[in-house]
Amino acid sequence: MTKTLKINKNVEQGILELLRFLLDGGKVSGVFTLKRINKEGSVAYSLVTRSDELEDAVPLFPLMPVNAGKLLSRFSLRGKSNKPVAAVVKPCELRAFIELVKREQGSLENIFFISSTCGGVYPIEMAVDGAVENNLSKYWEAVKKGEIPAQIRPACRGCVEFKPYTADMTVDLVGSSDIDKRCMILLNTKNGEELAQDMKGDFLEKELDKKILDKFQNKREAERKKLFDEIEEKMKGLDGFIDIFGKCLGCHGCSKVCPICYCKLCEFESPDSEYKPSNYESDLKKRGGLKVPPGTVYFQIGRLDHIAISCVGCGACEDVCPVDIPISIIFKKVGESVQKLFDYIPGRDVKEEIPLLTFEKDELSEVED
Amino acid sequence: MTKETEKFEPRIVGFLCNWCSYAGADLAGTSKLKIPSSLTPIRVMCSSRIDPVLVTTAFLHGADGVLIAGCHPGDCHYDKGNYYARRRFAVLKKVIEGLGLESDRLRLSWVSASEGQRFAEVINEFNEKIKKMGPNPIKVKTSL
Repeated sequence: MTKTLKINKNVEQGILELLRFLLDGGKVSGVFTLKRINKEGSVAYSLVTRSDELEDAVPLFPLMPVNAGKLLSRFSLRGKSNKPVAAVVKPCELRAFIELVKREQGSLENIFFISSTCGGVYPIEMAVDGAVENNLSKYWEAVKKGEIPAQIRPACRGCVEFKPYTADMTVDLVGSSDIDKRCMILLNTKNGEELAQDMKGDFLEKELDKKILDKFQNKREAERKKLFDEIEEKMKGLDGFIDIFGKCLGCHGCSKVCPICYCKLCEFESPDSEYKPSNYESDLKKRGGLKVPPGTVYFQIGRLDHIAISCVGCGACEDVCPVDIPISIIFKKVGESVQKLFDYIPGRDVKEEIPLLTFEKDELSEVED
Repeated sequence: MTKETEKFEPRIVGFLCNWCSYAGADLAGTSKLKIPSSLTPIRVMCSSRIDPVLVTTAFLHGADGVLIAGCHPGDCHYDKGNYYARRRFAVLKKVIEGLGLESDRLRLSWVSASEGQRFAEVINEFNEKIKKMGPNPIKVKTSL
């Protein structure tokens, strides 16, 4: 059983109360959370140090403007935070940050994580015209019932990693029918317990409802299978592959928003991967034709090569793709098959080594000839 | 078409590690073993030097097969490079396979400096396999 804080308010109010308590009580110096930018439903991640600034905060808003793992990496890249900060993030954002920390792109020190069982997020485009705002009540209805909300990101629809692994506190959301009345926060770690100490509310011993979450998991798994099967059907052979990736513009937007793609000097943006006249000539001699700019497909395969092992399947890439390549499902599918080779779940534990940086002496004989 | 297939001589790019497989290939040559002319060897200092992206480059530019060869596990000149190479190769294979492309055109083999005979066998066998598979269809695609 896990020590749990029960606040007799609706879940959003409950979290805000907790965040205010943490700030006012000096337990943390800052709060990292989603905040409303305008009435149309645009939100952005913000760092807040004054509790009255939390008025516009919407910590559980079903939107991921940028994967917070990427933002926390930038926050702690040049050195650990000197003061304690509480970050409210989604499970895949936390996992992405852990993967970045493994790559020495950030520090976990002095950051406390508040996460939740996650119902998924809407695509960013829905935040621009107020569609998210209009869908909010439907979203929370679905989450309460343990159903998959309509219109969320495809990657979220098929996500089976909706429980955070290493959060200090987990908010019970999915399948929790009474989130209108109360806010349940599981205090998973010693840090979590210490932070919530003296908070107004009831302390009890509780676990996430396994039955409800298993049911939700089954729904997600069925959806995931459907998405994967669809892609597999479309991506048959070289022609299917070109059908899907041939329309890539080479804008590299997917890599810009990808939390795992952290390289500041990307190989695919370096002058080395720019075609020389002789490259054009030799390619054209062979093929008699060439897509311009060349190398867009090469970029996709190369990027997948580089990040498949750590892809957390957040779906940020597909959100920004201007030509709607179902890239998040493809990366998720291939990523999972790669991760399975090493029984690896990205971001599960910061102590788990990235499989490509370690080895077993006796393994993988099936790939040797 | 059949005539062309008969004539088809594969183009195989071989990334050979300096300490074992390149020396093994050399030995195969000095031993006058029969090696197909389809191989374009590229000498690298270690099999772990090979970023999967290099293999992808060769593959997308129309290599019919790509061979990576290094020291036997346990014999790496740098102690453990080939173990890393093996993991990277496993990932690359899964990626190519997962994208519905022909991962059979990629091969990883261990050949030591004294195994001229084995090198000849590896490359002949791979060459025959690629011959059967036919030319890499990527070569003629104009939308890549």
